[in-house]
Amino acid sequence: MILLDHQAIDNLLDGMADELSALLPASAVAPCAVIGIHTGGVWVARELHRRLQGRIHMEAEVGTLDISFYRDDFSRIGVNPRVQPSSLPFTLDERPVLLVDDVLYTGRTIRAALDELFDFGRPSLVRLAVLVDRCCHELPIAADVTGRNISPEHGERIKLSGPQPLELHLQEQAPGASQGDTSTP
Amino acid sequence: MNPQLDKDGNLRHLLEIEGLGRDRLIDILDTAESLLPLTERAVKKLPLLRGRTVVNLFYEPSTRTRMTFELAAKRLSADVLNLDVEHSSARKGESLLDTLRNLEAMHMDMLVIRHPDSGAAHFFATHADPQVTVLNAGDGSHAHPTQALLDMFTIRQHKPDFAALTVTIIGDIAHSRVARSQIAALRLLGAGEIRVVAPHTLLPADIDRLGVKVFTDIDRGLRDADVVITLRLQRERMQGADLPGSQEYFRHYGLSAERLALASPVAMVMHPGPINRGVEIASDVADGPQSVILQQVTNGIAVRMAVMALTMGGERPGERDLRV
Repeated sequence: MILLDHQAIDNLLDGMADELSALLPASAVAPCAVIGIHTGGVWVARELHRRLQGRIHMEAEVGTLDISFYRDDFSRIGVNPRVQPSSLPFTLDERPVLLVDDVLYTGRTIRAALDELFDFGRPSLVRLAVLVDRCCHELPIAADVTGRNISPEHGERIKLSGPQPLELHLQEQAPGASQGDTSTP
Repeated sequence: MNPQLDKDGNLRHLLEIEGLGRDRLIDILDTAESLLPLTERAVKKLPLLRGRTVVNLFYEPSTRTRMTFELAAKRLSADVLNLDVEHSSARKGESLLDTLRNLEAMHMDMLVIRHPDSGAAHFFATHADPQVTVLNAGDGSHAHPTQALLDMFTIRQHKPDFAALTVTIIGDIAHSRVARSQIAALRLLGAGEIRVVAPHTLLPADIDRLGVKVFTDIDRGLRDADVVITLRLQRERMQGADLPGSQEYFRHYGLSAERLALASPVAMVMHPGPINRGVEIASDVADGPQSVILQQVTNGIAVRMAVMALTMGGERPGERDLRV
C-alpha cells in the first residue's frame, strides 16, 4: 500500500529543505557535509542536497554511510557480505554535518551512524533529518527536522522505494522477521 | 558433515577451501572488499569483535600471517593474545588438547592456529567448545585457506574474469599447503586453466586428482599465462635428496625476467612470501612492475578481517541465554 506518493514526498522534501536552511549555518566558513545512510537515506540526502544548493554552504558531494559494521545486532545476525563501503569524500573535522535517513524507528541505526561518523573525524555539530519518524524509539535520539510523523499499526513496516520516483510504502511484516529501522536494505 | 559449518549452514570455522562452496567464497571476498577502505580513515577500527578474545597459536614461525591476523583482529577491536609456542608449555610436552582446554578456561572466542602437522586445525575445531571459532593459518602441507583467499582477492582486483585466466603455479607443489588451497579456490571460481610447474620430485603423488595441467618445463608452463604464482622452497619439509642446490633450482625453475616475458605482457606475479631472492624468483621480477607481492600482504589484512567477521557474527551456541 502506498503511504505517500512521489508528489507528497516532493512537498515534504521542500518543507524539510526550508527548515534545514534556517537550521544550518548559511554563512559558515566550513562547508556542511550532507551524509545519507544506505540505502534510503542516501536517496533522501541527494534530494535535500539538491534543494539546499545555493542556500547553505555545502560540500559538493553527498557522503554515504553504510552502518553494517557498526550495528548492535552483529552477534545475533552477523554480517551482510554485500555491504556498500561508506564514502565520505571530505574531512569531517570541525565541519557541520547533516545526517539523513529515510525512517527513524528504534534509533539504533542513528546510534551506529554516529559511532561510525566519529571514527572518520570530529564534526563541529551533527543535525539529523529524517523523512519519516515512526514510533517507537528505543534510544534517546530524536530528529532535528522531520518530514512526517507516522504511527503504523504494530507489525507494519514502512519502506521507501526509489531513487526515482521516491515512494513510501506500508507493508505487512513477514512473520518472524525483526524489522527495525536498521534493516532498511 | 562439513566441520566448517554449523547446523544452519553458517561458516563457523575456516579450515580449508574445500567444502566452502563458490557463493560463500565470493561472500568472503566481497566482505573483504567492503573492509578495504578502512585503512584510509582516521580511526582504522571497527567495533565488530569488541570484547572478544582471539588467540594466535603458532607452532611454526610466521611473520606475515601472524602479524596480519593480529592486525585484522585488532582492527575489529578484539583483544589478541599471541602464544609464542617456542617459549610456552607446549615445549614442555603439553598436548594440543591440554593447550586447548587451558585456552578455553581463559574464555577465548577464536583460535588462529598454525601447526606443522596436517589436520591440526581440524583437530582443534572438532574438540573445541561449540562457541569457539577456529581459523586455520596453515597446517602441514594440507591447507592455508586465508592465503588462498587473499590471493584470489588480489587476482580479482586486477583480473576479475576468472574464466578467461590461465594461472601458472611454479615450485614446490608437493610440500605446499598454499598451492593446494590456491588450486581449490581457483577451481571454485572457475579459472580457465590452472597449470603447475615443478620437477617430478616436488609434485605430490595425487597431482592427477587436483584438476591441473602439469609441466616440468617452466618455459612451456609460462607461455601466455595471465597470473604467475611462485612458491617458496619448503626446505624445512624436505628430505635431503628431493632437490639440487639453490643455484641449480633457479637455473631450471626460477622466475627470471627473460622467462616472465614468455607469459602475457600484463601477467601479474605473485608470491605468498617469504621470498628467497635468486632461488625461486629473481630480485628484479619480485620488485618489478608486474609484481603484486606487497599488495598481497596488504590485502591479507582485509581478507582475514572478513573471515573473522563472517565466522564470529550471528547466533552462537550457548550465547542465547547470556544475552537475556
